Amino acid sequence: MMEEPLTENTEILDGPQAPKQSRFAERFQLFNQNRLALVGLVIFLAFFITAVAGVVLTSGQDPVFNPALVRLQEKLLPPFSRPNLETLKAHEAPTLGIYLLGTDDLGRDVFARMLQGAWVSLTVGFVAVGIAVIVGIFMGGLAGYYGQGGICYDQILSLLLLLSGIIFFFLGWVKLGCGLFGVGIIIFILSLTARRAKGNHFMPGWLRKTAFSFDTLIMRMVDIMLCFPSFFLILTVVALLPASIYNIMIIIGLTSWMGTTRFVRAEFLSLREQDFVSAAKALGVGNFRIIFRHMMPNAIAPVLVSSTIGIATAILTEAGLSFLGFGVPPPYATWGNILSDGKRFIFDAPWLTFIPGVAILIVVLCFNLFGEGLKDALNPKLSQE
Amino acid sequence: MFSFIGRSIVQKTITLFFVSVVSFLIIHLAPGEPSQIDPMNPKFTPEMVERFQKEFHLDEPLYVQYVYFYRDLFTGKIVSWKDNQSVLSKIWERFLNSLPLFIVGTLLTWTLSFPVGIRSAIHRGGIYDRSATFFSYFLISIPGFFFAYILIILVVRVFHVPVIGMETFGMGDAPWPNLFMDRIWHLLIPSLLGATGGIAVLSRYVRSQMLEVEGQDYVRTARAKGLPPDQVHYKHALRNALLPFVTMFGLILPGLIGGSVIIESIFSWPGMGRMAYEAILARDYPIILTVNFLSAVLVLAGTFISDLLYLAVDPRIRL
Amino acid sequence: MRSEKPLLSTQDLKVYFYGRDKISRAVDGVSYNIHAGETVCLVGESGCGKTVSALSALGLIPSPPGKIVGGRIIFKGKDILGLDDAAMQKIRGNQISMVFQEPLTSLNPVFTIGDQIGEAISTHEVIGQDALENRCVQLLRDMEIPSPEQRLKDYPHQLSGGQRQRVMIAMALACNPDLIIADEPTTALDVTVQAQILNLLKSVQEKASMSILYITHDLGVVSGIADRVYVMYAGLIVEEGNTQQVFGNAFHPYTRGLLASLPDREKRGQRLHNIPGTVPNPAYKPEGCPFHPRCSHAVENCKTVLPEMISLGNDHWSRCPVLAREL
Repeated sequence: MMEEPLTENTEILDGPQAPKQSRFAERFQLFNQNRLALVGLVIFLAFFITAVAGVVLTSGQDPVFNPALVRLQEKLLPPFSRPNLETLKAHEAPTLGIYLLGTDDLGRDVFARMLQGAWVSLTVGFVAVGIAVIVGIFMGGLAGYYGQGGICYDQILSLLLLLSGIIFFFLGWVKLGCGLFGVGIIIFILSLTARRAKGNHFMPGWLRKTAFSFDTLIMRMVDIMLCFPSFFLILTVVALLPASIYNIMIIIGLTSWMGTTRFVRAEFLSLREQDFVSAAKALGVGNFRIIFRHMMPNAIAPVLVSSTIGIATAILTEAGLSFLGFGVPPPYATWGNILSDGKRFIFDAPWLTFIPGVAILIVVLCFNLFGEGLKDALNPKLSQE
Repeated sequence: MFSFIGRSIVQKTITLFFVSVVSFLIIHLAPGEPSQIDPMNPKFTPEMVERFQKEFHLDEPLYVQYVYFYRDLFTGKIVSWKDNQSVLSKIWERFLNSLPLFIVGTLLTWTLSFPVGIRSAIHRGGIYDRSATFFSYFLISIPGFFFAYILIILVVRVFHVPVIGMETFGMGDAPWPNLFMDRIWHLLIPSLLGATGGIAVLSRYVRSQMLEVEGQDYVRTARAKGLPPDQVHYKHALRNALLPFVTMFGLILPGLIGGSVIIESIFSWPGMGRMAYEAILARDYPIILTVNFLSAVLVLAGTFISDLLYLAVDPRIRL
Repeated sequence: MRSEKPLLSTQDLKVYFYGRDKISRAVDGVSYNIHAGETVCLVGESGCGKTVSALSALGLIPSPPGKIVGGRIIFKGKDILGLDDAAMQKIRGNQISMVFQEPLTSLNPVFTIGDQIGEAISTHEVIGQDALENRCVQLLRDMEIPSPEQRLKDYPHQLSGGQRQRVMIAMALACNPDLIIADEPTTALDVTVQAQILNLLKSVQEKASMSILYITHDLGVVSGIADRVYVMYAGLIVEEGNTQQVFGNAFHPYTRGLLASLPDREKRGQRLHNIPGTVPNPAYKPEGCPFHPRCSHAVENCKTVLPEMISLGNDHWSRCPVLAREL
């Protein structure tokens, strides 16, 4: 006897499916697989919390842990040593009853200084990389997206005329100055309108041609910056400028944007050609929206990875600068400072070098591991089995 | 092909020009006077300051100074402001000191990175790979001078070998082999230090390149043809994986004039890095600018050579 | 049943891929036989496991994450699944060769054509330089590639797609293998080139009395060259028979669906037939017959019981008990 065939039930047509996961959840899961990266993340969070706690606990008029308090009679004590209470005034005694990490050559509590230094080192890293990333995304995005557009001959011409007009005006040749300025204005207006109106050519074709495209311009700037050995450049500028924490952050930032620019430009160049961009354009989506909503998320991945590693590099650079005497000036403590101050006492008080050294090592190591883990997790090739 | 070379040279010359302008501006626009003519410095009488200014054209507008500077540079007449010696001869002398460091360091880096990276890739995930990875991260993350001090303490305490400076003081009359060994000992630690960072980075890169190539279709074809694993890895995969590294050869060039400031400071090694550092401290503009210029020349020459090497090695690119 | 023993016999092959939290059962109990001089076609859509089963014959499954979990592959009387790599090297390229789908990426871009073909020969035979070169030229000539002497010195990127595939075939034929496995060799090529390559394979086979295992999803190709057809779905063979049996008288809903989907002059103007639903993910296969969610003939039993292959007579088999009852 023939069994009745099942009625066509469209719901079961596709059979069991893989459990659906949002893209973020999938990437997060991938990241979790990587043990080392997880450890990196955990320690980074610990570092972050320490830094925040540090700045809270060590700033203000009467901080919980005082990093700046000088007690010459207590100098160069090893970690875990007890304070000599007879020689100290009441408020000078260390908060926890012992010098957790010892004292430096001025009797300052190393533990307190490390706490303060954590926040400063972190800030230096983040701000420097923040500057680099902002500059890099702007330059890279410009080069990648508007690459073919650029400054045209007629724009240059009008600019030159305007400038020379002003110069001559101020030099005394009033009539000539005004005349040039006027011609400059006319050409400027013409150059603007010649692009709006179709078929209305006030401007001969050869003047409307692009002199330098943004792409070439920006990549040349990258090349020029790359010709300077990076540490030298930073050292030179930092040495020539007055010492200040802000200068250091800005300089490190302004010398590390080249990598991000290249990444972003490469991503934009390849994304621009992809079908989904043409599709969006065909639907009439405006340029800005395309960039921010569609292309940016894809381009973010390599930028994110290089930023985490960039923070690590910035912290190491600051340590190097401190070693040479150009680091963040007192009263700020940074781990680089503490490390370099300790170099004079390396045989007498090795903890002054070891503690910040090991601390920097661990934090930078974690950033690097975290960055690599991010890179593997965000790698599209690896997320599709 | 020749048009490529021509265009490349023109482009690089233009870049070089801009680099020279930018570095000149950076130096001269920084606040503060070169220490030689600091009016605050009691050592210098106003007459000396004025004479100094006249001699080095410091009272003239910037673009005139620029022309004078580069004219002097190209004719070799450029002199240091600190001690009036010829900049070029000073650079040359220090360069000869830095050269052994550089050669040994580069040799160590390139000869050790490849075997490590390749082996890590072929035995991916194994003990070798994981420990090599861990060490690489460790070496990249350690602050340079911290590592240096650890090594120094270790070597001095364990081997009782002096490591500071280029040679031990007072060895002048010792027999030739002793002198040689002494030199080697002094050379070893600084070069090793310089190389470790490079090995860490380069071996990771070798590994990732090798892994990428091993996943390609033509490696599968090679296996399917019945080739033994050695041939598959070292003939088919490696040849493709090495392509980007051939071009990196050219980029070794800029390292000639670098010279890690930090390593040279720690070891009191009288090299280029320290000279540049001292020049920065003393605001000795001619030296700073000359070193900068030479470094830019080397970078551009290095990239040029890299491009040429790439042309020669990859059959897919024929201009 | 054919009386002589098959050249290659895959028996209940199971190949699984182990992911983080799931097992992908790419090949789930596949059996097929190839006799000497025969052209066997393995037909199925992407993801049904046909390539994986072929790669297993050469031991080319990447070993994590893949694993051969069961079954045997008997080649010339010996089970080659158990052989170590050194022994497999003697078989690869020599007795069993493979031609892959993408000729551009399957050839090493930095070696010349001559190098790569020559290598295929010199790995398995001791041969002098001149003799080697002559063999290569002759192979290219057999592949109907013009000016073969010059071609030897060219690099893969200098050749057209069709020429590259001919080179791949030349490499596969270099040592006169008993069996060539061709994995969708013409999918990446134009239709006209496709026809040329197919004719080439056919003529080579006749001359050397070689067997071909041809893997494809294109039924048109199958009807042209196959002696025997195996239809695969979700890691299983669902129907097998000779070409007339499968094309003229299919007895599995999937085969019928595939055949019905072919555009046909006689159906001009009508809507194209399609099989509703999608191919299952090898890690999440349905219970019972893997095709049942998309099948219009499915009954209650199909949801729970995985059917065995049922003989329809004359060495024609099907895995559908429902349709088999129509006999």
